Amino acid sequence: MTGYIIRRLLLAVPVLLGVSILVFAIIRFIPGDPARAIAGVHATPQYIEQVRKELLLDKGLHIQYFVYVSNLLRGDLGRSAFTRRPVITELRERFPNTVLLALTSMAIATVLGMGAGIVSASKRNSVFDNVSMVASLVGVAAPVFWLGVMLQLLFSVRLGWLPSGGMGGIETFVLPATTLGLATAALIARITRSSMLEVLRQDFITTARAKGLSERVVILKHALKSAFIPVITVMGLQFGGLLGGAVLTETVFSWPGIGRLMVDSILTRDYPVVQGTVLLLAVMFVLINIAVDIAYAFLDPRISFATGEGE
Amino acid sequence: MSSKLQVAERAVNAKDTEFQQVLRHLRRNRMAMAGVAILFVFLLGAIFAPLLTTFDPTRPDFGNAFQKPSATHIFGTDELGRDVFARILYGSQISLLIGLISVSIGLILGVPVGALSGYYGGKLDLIVQRLIDIMIAFPGILLAIVIVTMLGTGVENVMIATGVASIPTYTRLVRGSVLAVKELRFVAAAKVLGISDLRIIVRHILPNCMGPIVVQSTFQVATAILWAAGLGFLGLGAQPPDPEWGAMLSKGREFIRTAHHLTTFPGLAILLMVLGFNLLGDGLRDALDPKSRKFR
Repeated sequence: MTGYIIRRLLLAVPVLLGVSILVFAIIRFIPGDPARAIAGVHATPQYIEQVRKELLLDKGLHIQYFVYVSNLLRGDLGRSAFTRRPVITELRERFPNTVLLALTSMAIATVLGMGAGIVSASKRNSVFDNVSMVASLVGVAAPVFWLGVMLQLLFSVRLGWLPSGGMGGIETFVLPATTLGLATAALIARITRSSMLEVLRQDFITTARAKGLSERVVILKHALKSAFIPVITVMGLQFGGLLGGAVLTETVFSWPGIGRLMVDSILTRDYPVVQGTVLLLAVMFVLINIAVDIAYAFLDPRISFATGEGE
Repeated sequence: MSSKLQVAERAVNAKDTEFQQVLRHLRRNRMAMAGVAILFVFLLGAIFAPLLTTFDPTRPDFGNAFQKPSATHIFGTDELGRDVFARILYGSQISLLIGLISVSIGLILGVPVGALSGYYGGKLDLIVQRLIDIMIAFPGILLAIVIVTMLGTGVENVMIATGVASIPTYTRLVRGSVLAVKELRFVAAAKVLGISDLRIIVRHILPNCMGPIVVQSTFQVATAILWAAGLGFLGLGAQPPDPEWGAMLSKGREFIRTAHHLTTFPGLAILLMVLGFNLLGDGLRDALDPKSRKFR
């Protein structure tokens, strides 16, 4: 097991190197002087020159990249072109907010999705089943930013029940987390339903029913356990997807997270912050995927540690 | 009784091409047909937009700003007095075009790379797979955002960004299919006959991977439309005065308290178009998957 984890982490090293090259390339790709791009549009000529010297921007690209990566490894991601604060400080402030939002949405998505999926499967073709399956189709197709705006319209503007943005007490989590979680809930509902239906057809369920166990026990104790692995797979895959969705959701709800910081910095051309946020989101995504792989290996005895299959 | 019918049906169908079978299966699927109907309406709207509305989608008409939906302006007017229905009609041209071009970029670049990588394996495969790993390190819309940051905003760059961001999906899909197909006996037979690798890939392997590619492309159009709208919403996609749905929604949000029709209708348009492609994709997957076909 330890060997598997180490190998999985080692495999991530070239990926992270590649990600760093791409992030490094962002500034070199945009037209104009990289030193000016890093220093910001309003920077003084002196500051631009200082940046050029510090980052060896007059040297070759490979040297610039080397400087970039060695700074990165020391936790130095440069300074914001606007606030002049270290990018790492900005990220450190925002990062927990994004993680909290993502975790809350995943919790909402899991409860909603599994609940709907289990009821749908056990009452197949009922009104509830049909309604929830249509709702899940719509949930996957609806743009997350539009859902957010519509929920704001209903619960903040019309009913005045919940705040329309910002981060504070529990009430500020409800709308953003629900918005971000609904698409995932829809997917989880569909997967739960279909894997439950698959399991309910199997012999051991017939046996359990024949033993005279109540339908409740059959569904919750016997079927759910076996239906769980595909559900967990989707949850793992979706958790990373939530990070992408967070960029949009945070913008709708003025949520002080990494996603909103990224969008703001792109719009204001604060490139050091753009690089920092992109890098952080990608690294998070890669690490989450590794964690999910390891979790499967732990849960599913069919995946062998020796070969590392199941990637 | 029904099994006899199926046998009879199969006998009749024996002469049918694969394509006809898929089509027949698709036609029986009500959800898929609903998807086709939705897309057909959007397609007609996009093509005949100039005939369906007399309003100009981009020219301001300040005297008519913020009209509520009415007989003249069925979806109301926006902050510049432009007819929202006209903008949504013309917007469907933009969304469909983005979806189609984005998927074409993904297909043209992703399919050959995936096919070669799967067919030849070895070092080429290793390098390609590591490159793809780097691309998929960016979740969902993030890769498209990064590309747009480098290229700049505008509809053309959105097409490129969403297209490039879809390459990994195709490469992995085709590589997987090729790996499965290339072990089959007819490929070995083709090799023994001295047929060139390129010809084997193009004439013998790829046609056998077409099912998953078609299904994925349908879903990918939906994804590209969602991503493009997301970019437009963030201010990183289409720019004013283009009637792009995401950008319209973003602008409308400023007036949510007084004129919510500016956000409601563009959002519904995105939802319906994406739903249409998703339903069609689900239907195609069922139709192309032999296991789910009842008469097989």
